[in-house]
Amino acid sequence: MAVAPHPFPPGDYDVVVVGSGPGGLQTSYFLGRLGVHHATLSADEGPGGMFRRFPLFERLISWTHSTADVPLSSREFEAHDQNSLVAEEPELRALVPGVLEEGRRRPAREEMEASLRTFAERAEIAVRYGSRWRSTRRDGDRLVLATDDGEYRCRAAVLAIGMTEPWVPEIPGLELAHHYVNVENRPGRYRDRRVIIVGKRNSAFEIGEGVVRQGVRELTLVSPRPPDLGRLARSPLRPWYLTPYDEHVRGAPGRYVLNASVERVERIGEAYRVHTLDPTRAEPIVLEADDVIAATGFEAPLRDLAQLGVATVLDGRLPALTPYFESVTVPGVYFAGNVTQAALGLRKHGVASVSSMVCGFRYNARILARHLAETLTGTRQERPPVPADRVVPYLLAELDRAPELAMQKGYLARVLSAVGGDVRDEGILPLEVFVDGEADGVAATLEFDADEEIRPVLYVRRGGLLREAVLPPHPLRRYDALAYREALDDLLRPLLRS
Amino acid sequence: MPDGIVDRLAQLTLFGDLRWPALEAVAHTFEEEVFGAGQRVLRQGISGGAFYVILEGEAVVVIDGEERSRLGRGDYFGEISALTGGVPVADIRAETLLRCLSLPGPQLEPFLLEHPNVMLRMLQAEARRLRDSNRWQ
Repeated sequence: MAVAPHPFPPGDYDVVVVGSGPGGLQTSYFLGRLGVHHATLSADEGPGGMFRRFPLFERLISWTHSTADVPLSSREFEAHDQNSLVAEEPELRALVPGVLEEGRRRPAREEMEASLRTFAERAEIAVRYGSRWRSTRRDGDRLVLATDDGEYRCRAAVLAIGMTEPWVPEIPGLELAHHYVNVENRPGRYRDRRVIIVGKRNSAFEIGEGVVRQGVRELTLVSPRPPDLGRLARSPLRPWYLTPYDEHVRGAPGRYVLNASVERVERIGEAYRVHTLDPTRAEPIVLEADDVIAATGFEAPLRDLAQLGVATVLDGRLPALTPYFESVTVPGVYFAGNVTQAALGLRKHGVASVSSMVCGFRYNARILARHLAETLTGTRQERPPVPADRVVPYLLAELDRAPELAMQKGYLARVLSAVGGDVRDEGILPLEVFVDGEADGVAATLEFDADEEIRPVLYVRRGGLLREAVLPPHPLRRYDALAYREALDDLLRPLLRS
Repeated sequence: MPDGIVDRLAQLTLFGDLRWPALEAVAHTFEEEVFGAGQRVLRQGISGGAFYVILEGEAVVVIDGEERSRLGRGDYFGEISALTGGVPVADIRAETLLRCLSLPGPQLEPFLLEHPNVMLRMLQAEARRLRDSNRWQ
């Protein structure tokens, strides 16, 4: 069946999804499978979202393996493939391995775009392309999204708008620099140049790696915050982007990583002068360069949502979200895709979710779609019963193999409710939903501890009292061993008996 | 990081002795977190919590379901569990829209060692709390 070329005329829908990147497509897919009446709009001319433009130099930092000890179409394979969208139908699963260049483990931008196009086609996800969301207002119990084509009224809007708008802090003269999004990726563009990159996060290291490869003469990364090496150890950046940092610590000529505040940037003829202050030194450090690149981050294009009352964080760069990805201040305004990184979760030991990546937010989209289906239509999705004697083996198998738990550590959990001996599978949920809820039951998750060891953790609530049980790590991460079974038996016996 | 945050930090007693660029370095070290009214920030009995400083809004301290006190701009919490390695003895719940800066628990000690003025301010505040609690008994 072909998808209508220009579907979803302006009108009234239960849900309007904005965006046709991985977040928008994944949300639209799950809403469709749940039968939620929705329209999907996109300013772009085709699917792909940010992958129509980024990353600039490099392949993605997330992996896709093309082989594993489980079938590509299985749920377990998702843990081997961080980049494909997820689906119920086998033919829609694991599409990235099919487009990946032989021998690669990280897709290029074009490969991601191709896999998303295939997903949209095969899943027959209808999108009204070339329809840009312009503004938002409330009209009674409806939100009204104005687009170039007209107005869309809805009970809930899901904005899967990415976080790809350039954001530049108010540093005098920094506007003279090129932002990451405007950097030219032309071979030889930076050969023999002196380059300063303002920033020390993913995009800064990506550009740094790119210009190092071009034969840059001098490269300096500067920002106030030191690189967080503890976090980098857990980051997919580590093996691929850190040449500039590595060369700096080994003392390579012309490779510097400065922890200093940028005071101002000036243009001197064809060159730049960057004034910096390191809090540990009395004297300012003045750098000269032929190019200054602001890798200062991105913001979500929230348009007029702040005027509507949507509370934001980081100077308006992201919305503040509930565990179900809804604005904390404006009901009905939801987000999908990498903006869901703004839903914090428990952040135990400072560990953030991976909701900024496909492997994290593809699961968030499934949770959001079910939440919308239930809250908008009042039809509760099935919670399958789990026989008491199957609870422990089921949770251990989930800890062993559930891709959601493996990807979204400490953020998503397998949740079972247990009311009067009736145990039900509540599905994969944000851990925060269970922990801050009231229902008796158990949530099983995998977490990093303070020493960055991966541990199974159970949260058990009985009689309204919540207990956290952090279990020992296993060197091969196999939790079907006797010790875990006994631990879970002990923890859950009182809950399952009542 | 938000320039607005640097200005707001400068007004808080805890960071009162810091000047730019040290203040900016602090703003870059902490994360900003915003909670809606009713959301929990710190959870009684749950390990791995962070240290928080309130930039804006109000929170309540709840122990075993009972509200004990209120916190507002410039107040901070989570330092005791972060410094002792224990679990929080109270829930902290946002009462209004609550804007905080947070630092993961394990990073608080190195942060304080790097910023002795902040450590002194915190010690003074803890001493006042101890004095006040002794007075009540």
